[in-house]
Amino acid sequence: MQKTIQQINERIREGNARVVTAEEMPSIVAELGEEGALAEVDVVTTGTFGAMCSSGCFFNFGHADPPIRMERVWLNDVEAHAGLAAVDAYLGATQQSTTREENYGGAHVLEDLIAGRSVELRAISRGTDCYPRRTITTELLLESCNQAIMVNPRNGYQRYNAAVNSTDRVLHTYMGMLLPLCGNVTYSGAGVLNPLANDPHLRFIGSGVPCFLGGTQGMVIGEGTQSSPGGGFGTLMVTGDLKDMDTDYIRAATMTGYGVTLYVGLGIPIPVLDIETVRNTAVRDEDIWVDIIDYGVPTRARPSLGRVNYAMLRSGHVEIGGEDVRTSSLSSFRRARMVACELKEWVESGRLALCLPTRPIDPHKKAMPMRETVQGPRVLQIMERRVSTIGENEPIRDAAVKLLKGETNHLPVVDREGILVGIVTTYDISKAVVNPGKGKFVKDIMRRKVITTSPEEPVDIAVQKLEKYNISALPVVDGQKHVVGMLTAMDLGKLFGGRWLK
Amino acid sequence: MKLLVTFSRKEGKKPIIAQVVKDTGVLVNVERALIDSSEGEALIDIPDESCRVVKDRLAALGATVRILEEEILLDETECVECGACISICPQEVFTFDEEWRLQMDAKKCVLCGRCIEICPHRALSRRGGG
Repeated sequence: MQKTIQQINERIREGNARVVTAEEMPSIVAELGEEGALAEVDVVTTGTFGAMCSSGCFFNFGHADPPIRMERVWLNDVEAHAGLAAVDAYLGATQQSTTREENYGGAHVLEDLIAGRSVELRAISRGTDCYPRRTITTELLLESCNQAIMVNPRNGYQRYNAAVNSTDRVLHTYMGMLLPLCGNVTYSGAGVLNPLANDPHLRFIGSGVPCFLGGTQGMVIGEGTQSSPGGGFGTLMVTGDLKDMDTDYIRAATMTGYGVTLYVGLGIPIPVLDIETVRNTAVRDEDIWVDIIDYGVPTRARPSLGRVNYAMLRSGHVEIGGEDVRTSSLSSFRRARMVACELKEWVESGRLALCLPTRPIDPHKKAMPMRETVQGPRVLQIMERRVSTIGENEPIRDAAVKLLKGETNHLPVVDREGILVGIVTTYDISKAVVNPGKGKFVKDIMRRKVITTSPEEPVDIAVQKLEKYNISALPVVDGQKHVVGMLTAMDLGKLFGGRWLK
Repeated sequence: MKLLVTFSRKEGKKPIIAQVVKDTGVLVNVERALIDSSEGEALIDIPDESCRVVKDRLAALGATVRILEEEILLDETECVECGACISICPQEVFTFDEEWRLQMDAKKCVLCGRCIEICPHRALSRRGGG
């Protein structure tokens, strides 16, 4: 049996369409079988509500008198991109306020406007013959904009890897607060209700297809930026009229220590035309797997500490290396369900008809990493290779002599095999002189917790370690923990010799 | 029941909590303590029925005692029930019910402040604005 989109739209118009949410679909298929479900269900609605950084809005403010060509525009001190025509601008959700930093940003401006609050518009220009005005300040209301068109370049990730932190300090990330030593796992995504997870081959989701966006009817523009449906991580570009949106489904947020983001409610109705659609929309949380990625490793290819599905994540606990770890979602499943239910109501009541994509999205496409033509500096290029070390069983006095001779403040301490076991500084030696009670040997006064770097590590990462731990030197160690160099704040000066700064 | 005990240390380092345990025989659980050279603050947990006797004894030893109840406030208009607070809370104050509504058992809270700091929607605050 097959159905056509025309048949389904006819039933929607007559108010007879059978619409279910993607959460209800698995049990319907289990009960009626695939053929039975195909005969029974006409439309499956999906929904998701979570942080979607790649969001924003195009504005046209109308012309002032005398007119101005806005070269730079701020809305409540949040700068919008004004490199467009005279009174057009695009406000990105994550752009932060020049005065309130991460506590207020583009997302908050959007929420304020939707809520009916006025926003201060400030713009400057150098003035031209046709646009003589140079500055303007005015109070802006959403209703007084000619257009406020939300265009989100990347929304509705098909699924998203969960996050964990193996280091010994707290991390503040776009995946929220990650406790040290794998103390928690955070995740995002609506799983069973996610639009793309219910149409992974992009048979019905593509350009021109209607969607629920921020509480109003929007439209799928096409593939989203960084979309990677071939690897199971598809994204969508969507648009809708900000003027019709609702703060129930558009919410500004701040990931503490990371920055501003926008929570967006997005849902897409999927017409059930054939058995394959039935199978795809019967997807369950248990079927959608993601990696638990260690955000403690600051490289693009962060290691995975395990694979889990959304049912496991949603249970509140997952296992990592035999340990039970608590999970937090960052998206709201309850609101995702509200999106799917509201969309269901729209279709049932005949308010929303469906259509097939006017231009399909390639389901096999995979996102590529950035092509980097200029390699950033690595630690080995600026580290000090002449490094003196001291044995842990040497007298403190010998350490003092070495520090003086090497004209350095940091002395790595090694064991008999030459493996790094600690570090002593001139400060530690001074303390030992003032307070001789602690012992006679280096091992008695050395610090055993040493923050290190490696020759291949990008200098940017090493610098972040220096800042984070408020230290001025890092021993450079190889894979066997042998000391091969030192990186001090002084070495960073080499970067300013012109070699790395173009 | 949780009590927030503040005491001055200007008159010497008196072991106030230990003294109270000894005098009253009540087993006191110290859940959080912040003590510097001039004053101390301890958050203690005691059985409800021992509240009066412990409170009176602490007061007699010169400490200020405040009973903690529902110290953490949830602004339901700001909260979107994402659940970011759930896994970072050391006391498991937050949970989801079967309908994915956020539930809060504020009595368990020890005022570590972590959830207030990280709530993406700034929906959590401490009673009295502290």
